[in-house]
Amino acid sequence: MNIFVCVKQVPDTETKVTPTADGSFIETASIKWIMNPYDEFAVEQALLVKAANPAANVTVVRVGSEKDTEALRTAMAMGTDEAILVESVDNLDSYSIAKALKGAIEKSGKTADLILTGKQAIDDDCLQVPQILAEMMKLPSVSVIVGFELAGTTVKVKREVEGGALEVYEVNGPVVLAANKGLNTPRYASLPGIMKAKKKPLAKFSLGDVGVTDGDRRVKYSGFKLPPEKPAGKKYDAMDAAKQTEVVSQVVGLLRTEAKVL
Amino acid sequence: MEFELSSEQKEIQELALKFARNEMTPVSQQYDEEGKFPKEIFKKAWELGLINTCIPAEYGGTGFTALDSVVISEALAYGCMGMNTSFMANDLALLPIVLGGSDEQKKKFLTPFTEEFRIASFCLTEPGNGSDAAGIKTSLKDGGDHWILNGEKMWITNAGYADLFVVYATINPELKHKGITAVVVDAKTAGIEMGKKEDKMGHRSSDTRGIRFNNVKVPKENTLGKAGEGWAIAMNTLDHSRPLVASSALGGAQRAMELSINYSKERIQFGVPIAKHQAVQFMIAEMGMKIEAARLLTYKAAWMCDKGEKNSQIASYAKAFASDSCMQITTDAVQIYGGYGYSKEYPVEKLMRDAKLIQIYEGTSQIQRLVMARELLK
Repeated sequence: MNIFVCVKQVPDTETKVTPTADGSFIETASIKWIMNPYDEFAVEQALLVKAANPAANVTVVRVGSEKDTEALRTAMAMGTDEAILVESVDNLDSYSIAKALKGAIEKSGKTADLILTGKQAIDDDCLQVPQILAEMMKLPSVSVIVGFELAGTTVKVKREVEGGALEVYEVNGPVVLAANKGLNTPRYASLPGIMKAKKKPLAKFSLGDVGVTDGDRRVKYSGFKLPPEKPAGKKYDAMDAAKQTEVVSQVVGLLRTEAKVL
Repeated sequence: MEFELSSEQKEIQELALKFARNEMTPVSQQYDEEGKFPKEIFKKAWELGLINTCIPAEYGGTGFTALDSVVISEALAYGCMGMNTSFMANDLALLPIVLGGSDEQKKKFLTPFTEEFRIASFCLTEPGNGSDAAGIKTSLKDGGDHWILNGEKMWITNAGYADLFVVYATINPELKHKGITAVVVDAKTAGIEMGKKEDKMGHRSSDTRGIRFNNVKVPKENTLGKAGEGWAIAMNTLDHSRPLVASSALGGAQRAMELSINYSKERIQFGVPIAKHQAVQFMIAEMGMKIEAARLLTYKAAWMCDKGEKNSQIASYAKAFASDSCMQITTDAVQIYGGYGYSKEYPVEKLMRDAKLIQIYEGTSQIQRLVMARELLK
């Protein structure tokens, strides 16, 4: 059984983001990178399946730059068997990434029985790659999953919908599943795991190797900028009993005409 | 010279810090208040390989260097200095076996610690002998193929939970240092009487007790080195463990500084965050300066262990400087928090209580200075 987990390396949630001068991306030099938290659930799920099926092989895949080997090593320190890095720039669009992932999975020589990933990356929040990947590979997909049960080649998944309700699906593998928080509790990489990870195979492909060209780009980023600073709030003093009526009507007026909330 | 951790050390540090932030910090105040032993957290850290870092790879350990161990301990102390005292006590107790035990003893005593979660205690101090450690009164009498151990030990970390004790006792008090002998005692042996858990000012989650040994039979093959070599083993152990203790002070000081920086940016007085006031800035600058200097001393003391160099002097510098700095930094952290800092609602008063012990245990700041002066004036 071959399981593929697609992961992304994202800026730590406490990072102060600065756009580059040309607005094509953000400054990456001083950022502390972490594995996308939703992808950690995907890695953990793959490892749980592997624990129940010791013959299973888990490969982590990432389309990104050299720094992303950190996320791949972390996944291998947690217990995945091998990794593939498709070397690329950091600001590729969802379509190209999905195409590169498909190419990398095919080029690995293994037939995917299960593909897991996080439901979204917490940096650009596109929520597209799992679905595009499934479409390209002509596989079914379910996203926002919080429950997973494997019986033979059928997976029973629970998916969160609005209002806290759950939808239950039975899907025949191979399938692309995108994990949500609540699916499991990701393990820590252990220290012996960190040591072992250094000896696990990490294959590197170029975008060309996996059949992605410049023409595949559907989105070109040009206008990264910070949101405008929030102007300071206005204060109205209603402590003076004599002026209260006047102040209140003034504030209500502004809420109507300026803030337009009434 | 190289002032940077290796990429592997950074990964180890990252993992230990993640563990400290997720598993230790959120509950450290609760464990402190209840004086509850952090057994589950201890075990979880052991499962990840963060405990017993001194055990060499050939006996099933992770085979970490002294510097690796210091990096891990600093990160865990960032999570909670009190819990880290319990964690570190395992290394303190196992180091005499690593440094003074035979191959057979290492297999017998160290390997089980890598196979299952076990706790160990180092028993040197006695009710009447703290800094004057060579004045040990606990005795070993020859009983043929075994020793008969009698006496009382005090301030023993992890005592109530230990599976194994490394005990220092004398075969003849008149021999002074030369009579001191280290033996490994199985906690299940008959005649071991446990004292009550001490109600301490800080490090309240760590289990500290007195122990009485009443005619405890210890097999002679449990003697580390030869009879009379215990003092040398104890001193060698302390050279290795002092960088660890220094790193614990470092972790606590780092946390106090980070909390102080965050709080001083949020707390508004006289219309501006207090971080804009020079009086506060100076305290924070002092924190950064002391932590950086203490870290360099601590890492150097560990690095010397790894190179097999005698590090007593630097280890004493590191232990005294890091613990004194930690005391100053945590005290200033309470000062920056003002009235809130004095309240248990906020995390800094615990750091201040915890810092105090590090100036006292494993050689007081004053004993460290005696060691330094003796070396400098010789």
